[in-house]
Formats: sequence, C-alpha cells, structure tokens
Amino acid sequence: MTVVASDAAVDRSAGAGAVRPRRRAAGWLGFTPFAVYTLVFLAVPTVLAVWSGLTDEKGAFTLANFGAYANPVILRAFGNSILLSLATAVASAVIGAVICVALLAVNPVGFTRVVADAAASVFAQFGGVMLAFAFVATIGTTGLLTLFLKQAFGFDINALALDKTAGPLINQVSGMFFVYVYFSVPLMVIAFMPALVGLRPQWGEAVATLGGGRLSYWLHVGFPVLAPSFFGSMILVFAGAFSSYATASALTNTGVIIPIIMQQDLSSETLPGIAHVPGVLAIGMIVVMAIVMWLYSLLQRRASRWQR
Amino acid sequence: MSARTPRAPRVGATPSRTTATVILVLAALGFLYPLYALFRFAFWPTAQTHGFTLQHLERLADPGQAYMYAQLFEGIQNSLVIAVVTVVLMIVFLLPAMILAELRYRRVRQVIEFVCLLPISIPTVVLAVGFVPVYQQIWHLTGSVAWVLAFAIGIIVLPYAYRPIQSNMSGLDMVTLSEASRSLGAGWFATVWSVILPNLRRGILSSALITVSVVLGEYTIASFLTQNTFQTALALLQHADPYVAATFALAALLLIFLILVLIGAVGSVSGARKRKAA
Repeated sequence: MTVVASDAAVDRSAGAGAVRPRRRAAGWLGFTPFAVYTLVFLAVPTVLAVWSGLTDEKGAFTLANFGAYANPVILRAFGNSILLSLATAVASAVIGAVICVALLAVNPVGFTRVVADAAASVFAQFGGVMLAFAFVATIGTTGLLTLFLKQAFGFDINALALDKTAGPLINQVSGMFFVYVYFSVPLMVIAFMPALVGLRPQWGEAVATLGGGRLSYWLHVGFPVLAPSFFGSMILVFAGAFSSYATASALTNTGVIIPIIMQQDLSSETLPGIAHVPGVLAIGMIVVMAIVMWLYSLLQRRASRWQR
Repeated sequence: MSARTPRAPRVGATPSRTTATVILVLAALGFLYPLYALFRFAFWPTAQTHGFTLQHLERLADPGQAYMYAQLFEGIQNSLVIAVVTVVLMIVFLLPAMILAELRYRRVRQVIEFVCLLPISIPTVVLAVGFVPVYQQIWHLTGSVAWVLAFAIGIIVLPYAYRPIQSNMSGLDMVTLSEASRSLGAGWFATVWSVILPNLRRGILSSALITVSVVLGEYTIASFLTQNTFQTALALLQHADPYVAATFALAALLLIFLILVLIGAVGSVSGARKRKAA
C-alpha cells in the first residue's frame, strides 16, 4: 500500500519537473502504429495510383498518359459510369425520400421503425456479388420477374435495355441500374432520415394557423428546408454508385464502366502501353469524387442552418 | 413527437397512416422480391413451378466433384482468416490511437476522424490500383498468401470500425474516468486495461462485428490483387454451379443479417441501460 502511494507521489513530482517533456514525447509515440499503418496502406497506395498515371515507362513525369481519354472505349466507359451513377442517384433519392416521409407516420420507437432502420443498414451493406446473383434470379433471362412479366402481360423485360443489340438486360449498364438502385435506396434512407426527423412540428402548425394546406406546407416549408439535405444525400448515393465495382464485375466481363476497365488493364500485362491507363483513370475518378465531395460540403453547410 | 396522435388533424410533413402503410408495404415487397427469387432459384425443382428441393446441392456431397468446390472452401477459409486478422489490426492500430487521443491529445481526435473517414471519398478501385505495387513488395517477402490482404481491407473497414467506438467514447467521460483511476494509484496500463476497455466493450464488439461483415462481403481488393476469397470464389463458381453459388450467397446474407441484428441488439441494450441509469 504505502509503496504504491509513494510511487505515485514520486511519479507526480517527477511529472511536474524536468522529466515532463520526455514523457510528453513518449505519449506521442503511441500514435506511431496507427500513423505508420495508414501511411503505408492509405497514403502510399493513393499516391502510387496517381503517380502511375503521371509517369512513363522509365518513371519520368509525363502527361502523355492522358491520351487514354481519347480512346472511345474509355470515353464511353467514363460516360457510362457517370450516367449510371447519376440515374441511380436521382431514382434512389426520390424513392428513398418517399420511404423516409412514410416512416414519419409510424411510431419512432415502434416495431415498424426499428425493423425499417435495421433493414436499411442491412440492405445498404448488401452489395456486390451476392446482390448480383439475386438480380440474375430476378430479371435475368430466366429470372422470376422476367418469366412472370412474359406470362402475365406478354412483356419482355429485355425491352427495357437501352442497347437492344448488347444481349440480355441484366448484363448491360441499363440492367445494372436496377441493382444499383437496390443498394442505394437504403443508403439514401439512412442519410436523409435525420433531416426529416429534424422538421419541427411547429412549422406545420404555423402553416396550418396561417390557413395553408399541405401543398403550401411542402411548397414553402418542406422543400426549401429539406432541399440541401436531399441533394447532399443524393450526392452521397452518387459517390457510392460511382466507386462501386463488385456488382458490375459479377454481371459483365466487358469494360462498360471505368472500374472494370481498370481491373482488366491491371491484370492483363500482355498488352504494352496500357500499364499506366489504370493510374490515369484513377486520377479521373479522384477528380470526379473531389468535385462531388466539394459540392457535398457546400450543401452540408446550407443544411446545417436548419438543424438545431 | 409524442404529441402526434392518430386523430389529430394532419399538419406538417407526416403523411396519413394509409399512405404510409401502402408505401412501406410496397418498399418491403420490392426489397424482399429479389431475395425470394434467389431462394427459389436455389431450392426449387427446375421443371416444376412449386415444391422445395435440395437436389441442386447433391453435387456438393459428391466426392468425385469435390474439385469444383475446393476453391470455394479455400476462399471461405481465407476470408475467415482475413476477418480475424482485420479485427486484430483494428484493435492494435485504431483502438490505442483513439484512446490516446481521447485521453491526452484531444486535438488529434479530428485528425483520426478525418483519416478514418477518408476511405469513403477515395474509391476502393483507386486504392486497389495503388495496392498492386505495394503488395508486389509484400508478397516478395511473404509469398502470395491471402491473409496479408487484411492490411488493405483494414483500410476500407476504417470508417465502419471507427464509428461504433467513437459513439461509445462520446457517451463516456473518459478523462474523468481515467483521472479517478489514476488518483487511486493505478498506472496508465491498469487504467486502460481495467477501467477504459471494460467501458468500451460495446463499441469494440460492434466494431469487430461490422468488420467481420464487411470482410465477408469484400470483393474489390481481392479481385484486383487476384486472391481467392469467399466473394471472388463465389463469382467464379457462378458459371460452374450457379445453384451452389446461390445457396452460399443466401447463407452469407443470412449470416451478415444476423451480425447486423446482433449489432443492433448490442446498441439497444446499451441504450436501455443508459435510459435506466438516467
């Protein structure tokens, strides 16, 4: 007992004296493992990816790799990536927002709401290969919905494909749209729900007192207040869809979107001169993501005006 | 919130009960239908419109065809090892840094948060392009083994692993806890081990569970680095035996679902305790 107490006393007096700077430095050393880990596996790979796009075969700086963007295949893939993500973002944002509004009507601590919250986090995690399987079984050539629509209404689901010559819907970008919406809607619900919950009931009462109906509530209060959060959440969905790779890769072997082209060029070392294409495409993706995140932070600043 | 009763005149954003029910039922059907389709695909006899069968799984038990599934089982094994290593990495790298920042260097907390959320805005495929040269060096030393993927996957897990621990920490007054412990004569190690860590149990558990669920669903990095994990093996098996692939996908989904329900339960237990304490 006494030994411990005197130890602590010695410790304390030492801490106040000359030993202190050394101990502070020792404390900082505690961040070393985390710092080294994130440096080697986060900073270095990002820099290497960008650097490989900016160097030639000999490792010298060059901008010549950007010539890859003149390649019609790559240009089309970039267009597809952006278009697919944009369409997914708009559709998921609208569907997700409608679901959020519907959730306002249920008891916030009741069964439905708890299940809905849990389902949203489960389905937002449910991307990739397994989801691709589920959609092959749904809207694939012999999918459940495909057969049902054909038998019940004589409707061929492949007619929804934008490119009729490129085979079944599910293996095209237009088919991926449905899969992307599936994992993006829950993300939208998770991102947008807090903004809706933040709507004050007093605002609705104020509109009602002034003789306004629900239409004027939405027109003058709901939409303006929610718009920044709505578009902010939509941007998050866009970012998620834009960087997604697994689902598309399980559905097609052709380089229809940018991540697939990157993977193919990385794994095929037979073709000379394309070793730096993935790096250039990585730079393109980073630029798009930077613009998108900048827009997001602008919208967040506007959205926070109405929170609290 | 509590003032909202069914009979009250509807003002504000809240839709009517009927509208809400219709929307939510439609949404639930929309989300469950592809899962049902996958289930039917895996367990229905091919030639009939109804019935239940395990016939598609018979080949799985046939030793003569075991070679077809060897890769899948190896992939599952690899993924499980990667999951364990990733959890260890989070506990060894992330947790001490977060505790240290919370207790002594509170300004560093923002840096850690920034670093942990960074992998959300850098697409995984971009990181994967950079991982290729890094892993060429690593595999030079270790040989082409799958478990080292945990270091790369740990990075994309960071945002998920960070949040539960952070929300656990913000619910505690860790500085006061550690000062109390220190003033009773405990050293830093004893303070962290027997005061801080037990209080962070829930956050750490949630964080570990979500890490496992993310690792089991991870495909991008394994595919770019051409390693065999559960997801890459599933993607390959899809062509050889889509039925077994679908069955394993369903099983994995069920597992991930259970993990996330468990996280929810951990969260609501701690929430209930907090409410009781207040």
